[in-house]
Amino acid sequence: MSLEAIVSIIIQGLTLGMLYFLIAAGLSLIFGLMDVLNFAHGAIFMVGAYVATTVYYDLGGGQFGAYLPPPLAPTLLKLGLKGGVALVADSNVRFVIALLAGGLVGVGLGALIEWSMIRPLYKRPIFQILLTLGLAYVLSELVRNIWGFNPYNLEKPAALAQSVEVVERMVPYYKFFLIALGCVLFIVVYALLQRTRLGIIIRAGVQNSEMVQALGINVRRVFTVVFALGAGLAAFGGAAAAPFVGVSPLMGMSFQLSAFIVVVIGGMGSIPGAAVGSLLVGLAQAFAAYRLSPLVANAILVGLMGLVLLIKPAGLFGAKKEGGH
Amino acid sequence: MTALLELRDVHTYIGQFHILQGMSLRADQGQVTVLLGRNGAGKTTTLRTILGLTPPRAGQVMLGGQSIAGLPTHAIAGRGIGYVPEDRGVFTDLTVEENLVISERGQGDLAGKADFIFGLFPDLKRLSRLKGGQLSGGQQQMLALARVLVPDNRLILIDEPTKGLAPILVEQVMAALHNLKSAITVLLVEQNFTVARGIGDHCYIVDAGQVVHSGPMKEIAADEGLIQRYLGAGG
Repeated sequence: MSLEAIVSIIIQGLTLGMLYFLIAAGLSLIFGLMDVLNFAHGAIFMVGAYVATTVYYDLGGGQFGAYLPPPLAPTLLKLGLKGGVALVADSNVRFVIALLAGGLVGVGLGALIEWSMIRPLYKRPIFQILLTLGLAYVLSELVRNIWGFNPYNLEKPAALAQSVEVVERMVPYYKFFLIALGCVLFIVVYALLQRTRLGIIIRAGVQNSEMVQALGINVRRVFTVVFALGAGLAAFGGAAAAPFVGVSPLMGMSFQLSAFIVVVIGGMGSIPGAAVGSLLVGLAQAFAAYRLSPLVANAILVGLMGLVLLIKPAGLFGAKKEGGH
Repeated sequence: MTALLELRDVHTYIGQFHILQGMSLRADQGQVTVLLGRNGAGKTTTLRTILGLTPPRAGQVMLGGQSIAGLPTHAIAGRGIGYVPEDRGVFTDLTVEENLVISERGQGDLAGKADFIFGLFPDLKRLSRLKGGQLSGGQQQMLALARVLVPDNRLILIDEPTKGLAPILVEQVMAALHNLKSAITVLLVEQNFTVARGIGDHCYIVDAGQVVHSGPMKEIAADEGLIQRYLGAGG
């Protein structure tokens, strides 16, 4: 294999890995702490992408209201925010706002889902799985109803629209942006878990949530925060992925499958595990896709997940769970 | 003597099994009350019932004259109850210091009591950077005991603190419990009668989910027939 190919595979693998980390980190914490296997996580990733795309284009005055559901669009048009008038002309600023909006909507959606639907089902885990599966379909249909069936492209902001030559290959700046973003968010999440009281509680809860309650801590409230933060990370990831993979109602499904593989390999409840697992899966997928085909790449990953489950069921960094909630 | 904790005719089920079948007892302020009994008698379930981890289906659980039955565990613990479970409940992935910090209920709880806690358990200061999982069984037990002292608890529930420990570590834990005795009200579950006799003020013998005998520890300890019948052990 040529040096150019190797560099290209590594960059592609790192980029994919970082996106997987954004979705797997929340998935891993939610399962590790709350024992909730959230099958709607991929749908939240997708919602983040749609929200970011809407905000980006609407603030640019391109087609304001075109992406919004009928009751909202006329209302906002009355407020004077109409098509053709750019509220924020700078695409870079618009892009940052769009990313944050995607993430914030994810946080709100996550908190709402945990509070209204997951919380009553903590003692019935099978129902939780069915609920989150159903929720994934509901969110997907909702998105189709609001934004239609056609996929969208979210353009890259001006600062990230160019490419740079790396070992005789042109690599978009945006890939480096995604890699850097993943690194920064890993550091932020890791610092949150290691340096704050909330982080200590989450790490303790992943191991033994019953004992955390016995110390006088309202674990259910922590569950809501973790679910909301996890959903926020996923939605933020979806927003960041939008210019890289396109926006469509099915975009969350493939990312969710890879994220589950990441979580199994890395270990439930472990952020370093999610990071290492993401990089392994991203790199393996990029390599297999280059040498074989994307379909074979996915099959190899599922095989890899099965192998880890057989040899080290807790995953590479997973901790043994003691007391439930 | 004022009852800090009182259980009146408490019934607790685990699944379909009726574990506590009319448990009634009291733990008096400033005393060490010991629950004795064979395996499966309902001692651990009594502690878990008090804390709401296995809530009662019937009966009253009163703390300081107020009912706490039916409250969520965190709210019960927040009223001033500390818990040292049989498996110690040490978070093995957290450092010793983090295990103590997580027990704070108010800002600066640990800082305010550091001298007292590390005075009782001097080893913990030296080990503060180690993870809970790196400690020996005895050190984990010290950490579990230290942890309940961080907040202002009125009562601590301790489940078999000497179980599985080497004799020399049992002595260390005993010494720690003696030191704790002066500071806090304790409800202790213990199978080791020598330990129980050495530290308890009052004693309840539990069998089949209810109290079958109670009295001052000195009286119980003197009744060898009773000890043989319910505990199968001599003094």
